[in-house]
Amino acid sequence: MKHLIDIMEMSVEEIGQLIETANDIIANPAKYAQKCKGKKLATLFFEPSTRTRLSFEAAMYELGGNVLGFSEAQSSSAAKGESVSDTIRTVGAYADIIAMRHPKEGAPMVASRKSIVPIINAGDGGHNHPTQTLTDLLTISREKGGFNDLTIGLCGDLKFGRTVHSLISAMSRYEKVRFVLISPDELKIPEYLKHEVLDKKDLEYMETADLEAAMPQLDILYMTRVQKERFFNEQDYMRLKDSYILTPDKLRNAKQDLSILHPLPRVNEISIAVDDDPRATYFEQVRNGKFIRMALILKLLEVK
Amino acid sequence: MQIDKIENGIVLDHIKAGQGMELYRILGLDALDCQVALIKNAESGKMGKKDIIKVDRMIDVNLDAIGYVDPNITVNIIKNGRREKVEHIGLPDEIVDIIKCKNPRCITTTEQELPHVFRLTDQENRVYRCIYCESKAK
Repeated sequence: MKHLIDIMEMSVEEIGQLIETANDIIANPAKYAQKCKGKKLATLFFEPSTRTRLSFEAAMYELGGNVLGFSEAQSSSAAKGESVSDTIRTVGAYADIIAMRHPKEGAPMVASRKSIVPIINAGDGGHNHPTQTLTDLLTISREKGGFNDLTIGLCGDLKFGRTVHSLISAMSRYEKVRFVLISPDELKIPEYLKHEVLDKKDLEYMETADLEAAMPQLDILYMTRVQKERFFNEQDYMRLKDSYILTPDKLRNAKQDLSILHPLPRVNEISIAVDDDPRATYFEQVRNGKFIRMALILKLLEVK
Repeated sequence: MQIDKIENGIVLDHIKAGQGMELYRILGLDALDCQVALIKNAESGKMGKKDIIKVDRMIDVNLDAIGYVDPNITVNIIKNGRREKVEHIGLPDEIVDIIKCKNPRCITTTEQELPHVFRLTDQENRVYRCIYCESKAK
């Protein structure tokens, strides 16, 4: 039995197969409508989330399966002090597969060690969020026809942004990928990512604080939100939250085939005026999130 | 300074000067009721200065803990006054319950009975990361 805890546990080939399945689901949804009939997905959200939980639930319903679970820790037995391991063993008696979000980093990994059913990490604190990365990869693949020879700009909170870290790691396995890392000094990507991923693989990257100057070379612009919940100090958050705001004006010198991605939710880092630009891909990305999760559920449940 | 030869026990040699006390603590040698000698800043031909620990009893030492503190330490097993075996340690791939994860967001902070496991992720720079949250060991 397999789990998905960290995107790097998946090989490039496995990701390729998932993307292939997701594309087939998009092209032939009716073929998949009953694939998970009689199966149950448990969504255990110890931390609130709208998009990820609904995306998982919609994915399971579209596969003909059912869903049970909770959407915050207060409505679970965790509020009574139950351990993650015990919760997982219990839920494993009711469900065929579990998608789990938890504020503590490493909680899904602990769960996977005790679980008798597949565990999907639906986000653990500021650590991993592999299904968001799969969503990003499906979107990039559909927009650009593949992953090789792309210049990817990542903008905003590169220090705490788990989606950014996972995407860099995942994209680092493809050929001729270049990264432009756009952030204020305080929110640069952690040194370990530079040393253990970018430098180790001898990847081309540059760090800049200037979004507009970086714009013309980008094939993908991945915007992120400066997340309040990742800061211990409110003052730091207030100072940095408006660091980069994408407006139509800033896109003046961008490529015509640029794709703008954002893991959402956004606060104000992408102006609403950008939504009508054909290069805005973030709502398409949300849609892709459901399809790649459908593909993932099928894979982990070993449904052919 | 003269420390007596031991008959049966363990000598941890070639400890980097200054690290003897950390090793003493990590190995829990304070809990032993036999004679234990911690020699600081002993003269060494190779190292200039070194620390040495002598334990006057045959005990099971946690080789992973020793390797984590310093992979160049040698462990000498002494039996009947003679050095029977020398172990060269090297960096362990994984250490369990030797150090604790300091990341306040790590699952180990709330699930008290979880073992604290760190894995070697960068041999060259001796970087260990928590297997749960991937924070670097400090």
